[in-house]
Amino acid sequence: MKRVLTLAALVLAAGSLTTSASAQTAAKAPDPALVDAYMKSTFGKAPPEWQARIEPDETLKTCNAYHNEVPSAEAEKITAREMARVVYPADGKFLGNWKEGAKIANNGRGGQFSDPPDTVAGGNCYACHQMEQKEVSYGTLGPSLTNYGKDRKYDPQEIKNAFTKVYDSQAMFACSNMPRFGVNKVLSEQQIKDIVAFLFDPESPVNK
Amino acid sequence: MRKTVIRSAAAAILVLCAGSFGSHAQDASEKEIERYREMISDPMSNPGYLAVDRGEALWGEARGTKNVSLETCNLGLGAGKLEGAFAQLPRYFADADKVMDLEQRLLWCMQNIQGLDTKDVIARRFSGPGRASDMEDLVAYIANKSNGMKIDIPLSHPKEQEMVAVGEALFYRRGGVNDFSCATCHADEGKRIRLQGLPNFSKPGKPAQETMGGWPTYRVSQGALRTMQHRLWDCFRQQRWPVPEYGSDVLTALTSFLQKQAVAGELNVPSIKR
Repeated sequence: MKRVLTLAALVLAAGSLTTSASAQTAAKAPDPALVDAYMKSTFGKAPPEWQARIEPDETLKTCNAYHNEVPSAEAEKITAREMARVVYPADGKFLGNWKEGAKIANNGRGGQFSDPPDTVAGGNCYACHQMEQKEVSYGTLGPSLTNYGKDRKYDPQEIKNAFTKVYDSQAMFACSNMPRFGVNKVLSEQQIKDIVAFLFDPESPVNK
Repeated sequence: MRKTVIRSAAAAILVLCAGSFGSHAQDASEKEIERYREMISDPMSNPGYLAVDRGEALWGEARGTKNVSLETCNLGLGAGKLEGAFAQLPRYFADADKVMDLEQRLLWCMQNIQGLDTKDVIARRFSGPGRASDMEDLVAYIANKSNGMKIDIPLSHPKEQEMVAVGEALFYRRGGVNDFSCATCHADEGKRIRLQGLPNFSKPGKPAQETMGGWPTYRVSQGALRTMQHRLWDCFRQQRWPVPEYGSDVLTALTSFLQKQAVAGELNVPSIKR
């Protein structure tokens, strides 16, 4: 628990930080087999690769069961499991091109059944976060990231933490609402580096 | 009339996009959004009422191998009784041994009362340019007959209770390439996605009541009357989930759960939305 909180203080505060204060287990949850039968009746005709995407992994099974309000013992299992899935850049460099990162942050395409299959996905960061000041159309599901790098004095450890958080948010916060962009192969390593540069490059409008 | 509505809507969107937002920008933009909502929610210029009229004609039209109308269809309150029926759906129907929402029930009546092959009806489940939807029109007509009434779904039958319980589990079930569930966007107060406000459905109350009391609705941006089936289809699209089968159980379960959160909310439909 203490470790989770320490990490939490260090990194991007995106997503829901779920400590046990308001934690409640799902009361009278229906039999999983019953829920699966419903799922089959509604999504059973989808292509197999689409059906595989809605099959919860061990981490999501726990998040679902607790409605994301996981007790600390479960939270630690999740962060350990997800941390092991993070693949850091072989060249040890976390910063890409902030101009590309700005485009990725604004791009909400990809992954929808209405998207052409070869669509290059964006990060859609603005759906949930404020980033550069002049972009007025931002969501509030996640915290504001304005001045993100500047506020952290462009610290190298913070840069690495940001890469980790974008790659696999749940390595930092169990059951974070934020997608696991790297693990789920939504964004490439280069795209994640570009987003990290958008957050940390002193020239990036995020820090202006 | 419709053109005016669309033009004013476009103007409002321009206003929304053009404004510059400082520290009190949040308030200003919220007010502008509210003004836009008020502007478009004039029933006299709501094209959704054209769907109500088309639905009335469809309800009385003899069709299918039995060449009869839908007028003996029981939507839960007795054969042909429409007043208040929508406010109490989804519900358990003994003849089908199933909990159904309005759209599932209409398909059942078409098949069993009219002997209608519903393939074509389902193919036209969502209207588009040059493609009318019987389902959208019928839902508009029938839902309108519950106007001014309060949402009050029955929950005494075990299968109705099961629907709500499964609906709640599904509300929190995460999946798709972005790990999204309904709860990702709809389990907290006062949040926005981009500039769009997000109602909290995780507990009973006003946000659920106002939302469920306003569907079906005329969507200005789509130029079409839309039902809850379409709304959930579009949610799953944005959630990066697979295409949900029309009129299937996950959608009914979620609708039952949302209706339960919305109990005592007043219906005013078809409404008109962005």
